[in-house]
Formats: sequence, C-alpha cells, structure tokens
Amino acid sequence: MDPVILSCADLSTREINAALATLPDGTPARVLEPRGRHNLAVGLSNKVRVDIEGNAGYFIGGLGQGPDVVVNGFVGWSVGENLLAGSVRVKGNASECAGASSHGGTIVIEGDASSRAGISLKGGTILVAGNVGHMSGFMAQAGVMLIGGDADDALGDSLYEAVIYVGGKIASLGSDARIEELTEADVRAVKALAELGGFDHVEPENVTRVASARGLYNFDALKDQKY
Amino acid sequence: MCGLIGLHLKNPALEPRLGELLSQMLEAMTTRGPDSAGIAVYADHPAARAGQEQDLRYSLRSEEPIDWDLLAKRIGAEAGGDVRVEPLGTDSAVFGSNAGEASFLAAVRRIAPQVSVPAFGRSMLVVKDVGAPAAICARYGIPAWRGYQGIGHTRMATESAVTTAHSHPFAPAADLALVHNGSFSNYATIRGQLARKGIRCDTDNDSEVAARLIAARMAEGADLEEGLRTVLKEMDGFFTLLVTTRTQFAVVRDSFACKPAVIAETGDYVAMASEYHALAGLPGITGARVFEPMPEEIHVWTR
Repeated sequence: MDPVILSCADLSTREINAALATLPDGTPARVLEPRGRHNLAVGLSNKVRVDIEGNAGYFIGGLGQGPDVVVNGFVGWSVGENLLAGSVRVKGNASECAGASSHGGTIVIEGDASSRAGISLKGGTILVAGNVGHMSGFMAQAGVMLIGGDADDALGDSLYEAVIYVGGKIASLGSDARIEELTEADVRAVKALAELGGFDHVEPENVTRVASARGLYNFDALKDQKY
Repeated sequence: MCGLIGLHLKNPALEPRLGELLSQMLEAMTTRGPDSAGIAVYADHPAARAGQEQDLRYSLRSEEPIDWDLLAKRIGAEAGGDVRVEPLGTDSAVFGSNAGEASFLAAVRRIAPQVSVPAFGRSMLVVKDVGAPAAICARYGIPAWRGYQGIGHTRMATESAVTTAHSHPFAPAADLALVHNGSFSNYATIRGQLARKGIRCDTDNDSEVAARLIAARMAEGADLEEGLRTVLKEMDGFFTLLVTTRTQFAVVRDSFACKPAVIAETGDYVAMASEYHALAGLPGITGARVFEPMPEEIHVWTR
C-alpha cells in the first residue's frame, strides 16, 4: 500500500493529526518536513504506521493507543508522553522526559536520551540504546527501562515498582534506588527487551538491575520528629 | 516560559543575513513568549572619521515624542563630547559619542528622564518592546540588519511586569547582553548585596540581577566564564542563560536543566534556541552538530 503523505509545510498540526486519526488500521503514512514541529501523531488510537521524516519537537506520539510511530531524526521533550499502547521509535536522540508517565506500549530511542527519561513511568517500556541524562527513572511507578549505555546522576530517584536495567556505567543512584542481584528471570527479560529494541550491543547477563529499596514507600510522620 | 535564540557567526559571508535569520528565529519562539521581545545585535562599525574608533554607541528609547537632534546637542554640551544621531524606528535612536560612559548616561538621566538607555557598547545595539516578536522585528527593520552575532528573547512574564524596561535582553555594561529563560528565587538577596556595592538595578526583574552580577564580576576583572560560574554559585533558581560580549557567546543551564536549550554548530555558525524549530530554518542545519548543553556546563565560543 502506498503511504499517505502529509507535509508540515502545507498542513497545521491539527490537520495532520486529524488526517492520521481517520486512517483505517494498517495504513502507512509519512509526515514530511517536521522541522521541529511539536505534537505530531498525538492521541491516535488506530493501528497505523506513521513515519516522521526528520527532526521533530515535543510530545511526539504522545497519548497513543495503537499506532507505531517512527521518527527518522531526533525529537524534543517528552516523546511518547503518556503512551498507552503501540510504539514510538526514534532513530536519533531524544531530549528530556522521554516516555514521561507512559502507561503501556514501547518507546525505543536508538541514540541517547536526555535528563529525566522515564520520569513517572506508569507501566510502559522504555528502551534507550545509548546514554540517559540525570534523574532518569525519577519516581517511576511501574514498567521497565533498558539503558544500553551509561546513566547520569541520580538514576531511579524515589523509584516505586519500575525496574531499570543499565548496560553501561551509572554515575550515581538517586535516593532510595539500589542495585539488586541479577536473576535468571532478569537475564531472560533483558534478552527479550534487547531483541524488541533491536539492540545487539547489550549483553543481558552483564547489565545492572536497579530497583527500589522501598525506604520511601511510607511517609513516617514521626521520622526524626522534625514535622 | 520564555524563548531564547542566538546566533554567533563564524563565516563572515553570512553577516548580511544576520538580522533576517535572527528575526525568523525570534518569530518561531513566539509561542514561548508572546508578551514582549527584544534583540541584541553585534556588528563591526568602521569609524566614519579617524578618532571615532573608541566611540560608544548608545541605544536610546523614548516613551514620548522627542527631538533626538536637540537631545544630542544638549547631551554633547553637558557631557562634553560629540554626539551623532542615527534614528531607529519612531521611538528610538542610536547616539554615537566620545563622551565618557558615566557622564553620557548621567547627562541623559538629567536632561531627559523619560529616555531610557537599554544598552550601549562599541558593537552592540539593543531593541526591545512589548508586543509580538514579529511586529517588533518589523517595526525596527531588524531583518535588514547585518552583524556577526545576536541574541533574542521572547517573554512570557512570571516574575515582574510586562513593560519594555522589564523585557530582555538586559545589557548593564558595554557590549554585554543577557537573555534568560526561567526564574531566580534569591534575586532579592543578590540585588541587596549588589546595592551595598553601589550597583543599582533599573527594574525589579530577576533576570536583571543576574546580568548585573555578571557585569559586576567582569568589572572586577573576571572573564565571561567566571561571571557565569558566579551565577551558578550565588544564584538559586531555574535558568537557561545566553550571554554575549563583544567577542564571546556563552550558554549555561542550572543544575536541574529543566529549562530547555538546544545548540547547533556548523563550520559557519553556532546557533542556540529554546526549541529546535527556531533553528530549523538556518542554512545548513541538516548537517549541523545538534546537542543539548548539560546541567552546569558552561559553553563559550569566542570570535
């Protein structure tokens, strides 16, 4: 099937998203000349494949529940924000807050992701081939992150039940995050995640597992009697 | 929220296009700051006559109709020097003068208190105003300006009033300009410390305090990088700052880096903006090295 062509040079973001939303399942579409445009392919619930042909802006593929969005370039803040199902794949780097609050689906960053990747993750899967910036996985509640490269400072600060696997070095752990022993189940999970991301540089048996120490789970009103 | 843009040219062949490129970048940042905007543009100004090489050029603005030629004569007489006038739009002018900086500024304050001097320097001019960025650029004819470096700001005010004086850039010393996205929380404390050294702010704006702090450090002999390090050390808050001098172009973000910044570098230029789409129209952008400055990293380019 020939893809539907939509160009940011001719159409507003609302026109593009409205056109994408009406496509029958299985229809491929290409969005041309994004030139850093925000909010492309947002809020789609149909099972379409959307290729964004260039560098895009904020919130790309956010709130999706079905489509597979591929960005042939880099993206700004909050790619795949609040994703529910489906996937967003970025061929380049992603700026801050990649996959923020995503509930489901898969976000793949083939390059690096900046600060706060996976902030407040609520069940989604975030796969970053390269490095992530500081405070990644901050307050992540559920879901999983695989970081092929290095993680900057304060990884997994105030983690709840999300698990973070890191292939490279960790600059520092955030408050209440801890390194845990890698089990066979973890190795199998990482192998599957690396295959899903198409990462051949991740060695599943050599990643570091980061999870919550659960020390901050309950607010202790009497702690140090400071309150 | 505010929008920052800046362009530092390495290739002189682009200098005739500087104003055009800055204008399109500024307009792209309208969504981040629709209430006011400003721009600082640096250009080489060959002296019209021998002996004028060290003259300062003052950006002046009057909220009321004014006879700029008459004002120039009176300032020249009072401050003791030549004053040349270049009109700029309907409400602004550029005065070139060999009178000393302090006596020139004192003369303006005494003779025409309704006239503000948003900036001065040997290379830099500043225009700023309330309103939409595109309208401001058009009113002052910015697209036709040439130069080697410029920065701009689109403002969505949070900390202080929407007026021309509260708009960015802040340019408290010769050829020094600062634009800021974010908010400082301890600026009243720092403003008090500066006041005790005799340094006065023109407005109650938080960003002006950062500009004055950098200017104060540089007046003590620090370079721009040291000035920015002082901001990192002394000032508390959220910030992406873009600061320029006659020869330098610098970017710094606070330790959380929660105000955006993206830099694109090619063999022809260094460009910075709050969001990539402000850079997307630059020549050769698809071949640029595009990156985000890391928290507390100071990036400086020198002409």
